[in-house]
Amino acid sequence: MAKLTPIAGAFLFVCVLWPHAGHAASDDVAALRAEIEALKTDYSTRVQALEARIRQLEGAVAAAQANQAAAGAATPTGAPAAAAEPAPQPAAVATPAKSSSATAFNPAVSMILTGNYASLSQDPATYRVAGFIPPPAGEGPGERSFNLDESELTVSSNVDPYFFANVTAAIQGDNSIDIEEAYFKTLALNNGFTIKGGRFFSATGYLNEVHSHNWDFVDQPLVYQVFLGGQLAQDGVQIRWIAPADYFIELGAEAGSGRSFPGTQRDSNSLGSDALFAHLGGDVGDSTSWRVGTSWLDIRAADRSYGDTDQFGNPVTNAFTGTSRTWIVDGTLKWAPHGDPTHHQLKLQGEYLHRTEDGQLAFDVTGLDLGAAYSDAQSGWYLQGVYEFMQRWRVGLRYDSMSSGTPRIGLVSAGLLPAADFPSLRPATPERTTVMIDWSLSEFSRLRAQYAWDEARARERDQQLLLQYIFAIGAHGAHKF
Amino acid sequence: MSTHTRIAISFATLALCLGALPAHAALKVLATTPDWAALVSELAGDKANVYTATSAFQDVHRVDAKPSLVARARTADLVVATGADLEIGWMPVLLQDSGNTRIQPGSPGYFEAAPLVHLLEVPSVVDRSMGDIHPLGNPHVTLDPRNIAIIAKALAARLVLLDPANAAFYAARGEDFQKRWQQAALQWEAKAAPLKGLGVVVIHRDQVYLCNWLGLKELAAIEPKPGVPPSAGYLAELVTKLAATPPKMILRNAYNDPKAADWLSQRIKVPVVLLPYSVGGTPEAKDLFGLFDDTINRLLAGAK
Repeated sequence: MAKLTPIAGAFLFVCVLWPHAGHAASDDVAALRAEIEALKTDYSTRVQALEARIRQLEGAVAAAQANQAAAGAATPTGAPAAAAEPAPQPAAVATPAKSSSATAFNPAVSMILTGNYASLSQDPATYRVAGFIPPPAGEGPGERSFNLDESELTVSSNVDPYFFANVTAAIQGDNSIDIEEAYFKTLALNNGFTIKGGRFFSATGYLNEVHSHNWDFVDQPLVYQVFLGGQLAQDGVQIRWIAPADYFIELGAEAGSGRSFPGTQRDSNSLGSDALFAHLGGDVGDSTSWRVGTSWLDIRAADRSYGDTDQFGNPVTNAFTGTSRTWIVDGTLKWAPHGDPTHHQLKLQGEYLHRTEDGQLAFDVTGLDLGAAYSDAQSGWYLQGVYEFMQRWRVGLRYDSMSSGTPRIGLVSAGLLPAADFPSLRPATPERTTVMIDWSLSEFSRLRAQYAWDEARARERDQQLLLQYIFAIGAHGAHKF
Repeated sequence: MSTHTRIAISFATLALCLGALPAHAALKVLATTPDWAALVSELAGDKANVYTATSAFQDVHRVDAKPSLVARARTADLVVATGADLEIGWMPVLLQDSGNTRIQPGSPGYFEAAPLVHLLEVPSVVDRSMGDIHPLGNPHVTLDPRNIAIIAKALAARLVLLDPANAAFYAARGEDFQKRWQQAALQWEAKAAPLKGLGVVVIHRDQVYLCNWLGLKELAAIEPKPGVPPSAGYLAELVTKLAATPPKMILRNAYNDPKAADWLSQRIKVPVVLLPYSVGGTPEAKDLFGLFDDTINRLLAGAK
């Protein structure tokens, strides 16, 4: 306010004088000056009065706090402020200066920076997991050389006593922004129920809910890349229920629009994606804990297009319309001496996914546009182990395997087109072996080297070296199992 | 869709049936450390059914939100936590995933110990370059019996609030505990008098309250910064530094890795004293009284 006064005065001065600037009489100017001077003194007295009042109130608040502290340690609200008896310990206590209570309710903000250097023996533009309809994105090791991966911004807070809200936006290396998750979650439902709504990573499988900076390898298992487009985000609602038992028993269901792969955005009011999941977990002794789960996912797709080549090598766009059903079993086991992972920890994890797709497959939608029935039954699994052999250092091994089966393509069985028109769907059993080592100087930084022998392509083996950094700044995040 | 709806309805019905089961007679308590579990047992006896989330051999800061802990949070009537961000890596997940309103912060069923006492080492500047520091102050408050007395008083009041039917029982037990505790504290202080002014080296800065209570002088910490393991260069520096002001002993907690402490001990010819740190850290530290008895006995033996 005190700062504003001269500016306001100057503004007023200019406004008043502007039209008569050329011929303002000197006594007029003097009169105006006097007026402004009067305004100034008026404002400064008011500011002083206000400052005095603030000091008075601050004193009162401090006194009230002291009284409250002395009043007793156990208030039912669970917010007792300080020791009931004067603390005998000598210590320098710094009271953080708060300029305004407006910032006291700021949400927790954190940012994760990731990037990598990739050395790949094959051209990443030709990467394709043989035998499967490719997802629109999320396949392969990414580009060669230095890459800025996603920068993940998370803002979260309790909304009120009833809801918690969280937004995770991934700013991609190509300058686009993906809303990975933006959901609310209930806090006030009792009896073990939690409802989540908005966009969220589906709880099907184990790895699907895990954000990329918490992965134990740079990339997702092949089966996640091919069946779920990397990670399945639902736009919808989820309900979870935890049983009142000594073991962890969790049941849940999701309903969503099915807008993301393997579904598509559809012109329909009905639900495009349903999921059910069940988790069971517990401890064995004080060193081992485990979780197993099973999930079922039913998603509908309309004109889900993908690029392929015809028998002459010309690029064509094909499209699938139908239902994609996936069931998943997953298991995770963690071992650490006495449950303390500071120096040693072993984490074993595996998942098996089985998917059937049923519907229509259209060939060359922009040209010939032939369509007929299509169905497939495909599966994939991975198994990985990560061991912390000394504080800060971990090594990991992962094996990926996929089985495409032989899809039934109506256009081929009816003799309309040769199988050579569908090179992407030629039966294949891709596999990959990955080793990694990472070094975490603190909870908030991690440097990783990963080497993979990737036989996802039909013929060539891709040897991939990836060097990655992950840095977390801001609020200390809490992690799920 | 209709099959899905049916599945969902039967699932919801099952959930409601199980969820509506009558509550157990004893208070279900989830304590984050064995010390809080021991304190609840002192105050509530068999009126509480206590589950301890960690053991004396775990670094409470580095615990996973394990499925077993989510299950315990689901049924708990009371969570007893240290607070001051000690459990920040896992407690928020437990609270959020539990689907249990009784234990949400601000409810009577959520109890934090550290905010009740005078916290030491509250940093005036907070930056992650300083290591794993706690903006609210050093949360390792248990090893000062004066803190335990304050916390016990508040916890007894909380038990009364949660289970008014047994109010008289908790009040009587609380008073009895305070009486025995004050007596024991006087004895510990008298016994530990020779320790006053002795120089010690610690590993992590989690014996600050113990040193402050007994007047031990903390000459150095083996961790250069909280949560940061020492490098060879730093240890060598420490040897030179401690040559000028030799400590009487090196303190190691049950959950600490012995390597760095043993290495330093050999270099500067000063014994390592193993302390229980938490209830269960040594066979003698069976309860809170045993924890302090054993801590002082071991310190006195080390000081000889």
